[in-house]
Amino acid sequence: MIRFALQKQLSAQLTLDVAAELPAGRITAVTGDSGAGKTTLLRLLAGLTLADSGTLEVNGEPWISGRQQLSPQARGVGMVFQDYALFPHLDVRRNIAYGAAPADQPLVEELLALTGLAPHASQRPAQLSGGQRQRVALARALARRPRLLLLDEPLSALDPALRSRLQDDLLQLQQRFAVTTVLVSHDIPEVFKLADQVLQLAAGRIVRRGTPAQVYLHGNTAGRLQLNATVLAIQPADLLWRVTVQSGGSMVDILLDHDEAAGLRVGSTLPLLASNLVPLPRPAGS
Amino acid sequence: MIDLQPLWLTARLAATTSAILLLLGVPLAGWLAHCRRWYKPLAETLVAMPLVLPPSVLGFYLLLAFSPASLLGQWLQSIHLQLVFSFAGLVVGSVLFSLPFMVQPVAAALSSLPANLREASYTLGKSRWHTFWHVELPCIKPALVAGLVMSFAHTVGEFGLVLMLGGNIPGVSRVASIAIYNEVEVLNYPAAHVYAAVLCSFSFLVVLAVNLLRRHSERLAA
Repeated sequence: MIRFALQKQLSAQLTLDVAAELPAGRITAVTGDSGAGKTTLLRLLAGLTLADSGTLEVNGEPWISGRQQLSPQARGVGMVFQDYALFPHLDVRRNIAYGAAPADQPLVEELLALTGLAPHASQRPAQLSGGQRQRVALARALARRPRLLLLDEPLSALDPALRSRLQDDLLQLQQRFAVTTVLVSHDIPEVFKLADQVLQLAAGRIVRRGTPAQVYLHGNTAGRLQLNATVLAIQPADLLWRVTVQSGGSMVDILLDHDEAAGLRVGSTLPLLASNLVPLPRPAGS
Repeated sequence: MIDLQPLWLTARLAATTSAILLLLGVPLAGWLAHCRRWYKPLAETLVAMPLVLPPSVLGFYLLLAFSPASLLGQWLQSIHLQLVFSFAGLVVGSVLFSLPFMVQPVAAALSSLPANLREASYTLGKSRWHTFWHVELPCIKPALVAGLVMSFAHTVGEFGLVLMLGGNIPGVSRVASIAIYNEVEVLNYPAAHVYAAVLCSFSFLVVLAVNLLRRHSERLAA
C-alpha cells in the first residue's frame, strides 16, 4: 500500500494539496484539466520535484517525511515520460538495460520478448516508430523492478488504433509485474479500460475519487448524444435547405428550415443531437 | 630550409592546451549549464572575458602575476615552478585565453538537452555524475568535438599573449605566429610565407571540419 499527503505551491494562487492511498498492484488514474497539478503530483511521487511538506509512505517505508525526502535514485520508481525521454545514443537493448541491475540481464531479454522489441534490439530510438518507442520506455521503466510505476500520459501522442493496442500491452505488462501504477490520462475510455481507481484533480485538489464508473457515470450520463458536425455543402431543397455535414468520419444530409440554415456557411460547426442510438451489427469475430 | 621548431612547438602547445581544456572545461561547462545560483552570470562573464579582452592585456596581467615580484610569483618560485618565459606559462595563459572556446559550445549544448533525459536517468537509479558521463556527454558529442577543434585552432593563432608572457625564445616560446613576425622583422619573407601558408591551410581545414561536423549532427537530428 502506498499512502501520501502532499503539499506543493504551484503558483501564487494555486497550491497542490492532495492525499490518497494507492492500492498495491493496481492502476490509479489521475485525471483533470491542464494545470490541475497532475504532472506535479507524479513528479512529487518520483522525487523530481521537492514537496513543500507532507508524507509519502511506500509499504511502510517513508519516502517523504516533512523535510526528509528520498532522492529519485533511492526511491525505486519507474517513470514513463510523455515524450518517452529515451537515450538517443543507446540502442533499444541498452536503453532497457540502463536502469536494470547487472544480474537482471534475463529480465531485459524477457522484456524485449514481451514487448515484441527483440528484432529491434540493436536499433536506436530515432529508427523506431512512435508505438515502438513507447514500448521501449515502458520496458526500461519495468527493468528496474520498480515499486511504483509512474506513467505521464504515455499514449497521448499515438493514433487511436495504436493507442488501443498499446493499452492492452500496458495492461498485460502491468499485471505480469503486479506493480502499483499511477497513470496520468485525459482519455476517459483509457481510464475505464486500465484503471481500478480514479483521482480527479481540479485546481490542486482531489475533487472526486472512486472507480471509473463511480467518478464518471453517476449523474453524468445522458439519453442523447451531442455531436459536432462540420458543414460541407448547403443546397436548396424545395422550401427547405439540404445541408451536408461531416461528423465522426461519416457524411450525412440533414434538412433545415430557413431559420435553422440562416448564418451557416461551408466550414461552419453545427452541434447536433442524436437520440434512439442503435448499435450496428458487429462483424463476426470482432 | 625553414626551421620547423616553431611549428612543432605550436602543435605541442595547442595539443596540451586542448587536452587540459577538455579536462577542466567540460566539468565547468556542466556546472554552468545546470547552475541556478545568483553568481552564475558573474561566472559566465569571467569565462567569456577572453573573447573581448585584447590578448596583450591578459598577457600583461599574467606576466605581472607570475613575476617573482608578486606574491603568487614568489610562491611559484618556492615550489620551483617558473611560469614567465617558459612553456608551462604559455600553457597556463593559453588555457585561460581559449577557455570560452571550449566552455561556451559545451555549456550551450548541455543547456539545450531536454531536462527529462537527466530526470529519466535519475529515476533509473543513476547518480548525477553517472548521468553526466553516460547520458549528457554522449548526447553532445558534436559540441565537444567542435569545442576541442576551436580551442586547438585558437591556441595555434595566439600572438599577443604568447609574446607578452613567453617572449620570443627559440624552442620555448617562439610559436609559428611569433616566427612569422620574427622573419618579417629580419626581411626573410620566403620563410614568413611558408609559416603563414601552413597556418592559413590549417585554419581553412579547421573551419571546414567544424562546418562538416555541424552538417553531420544536423542530419542526425533530422
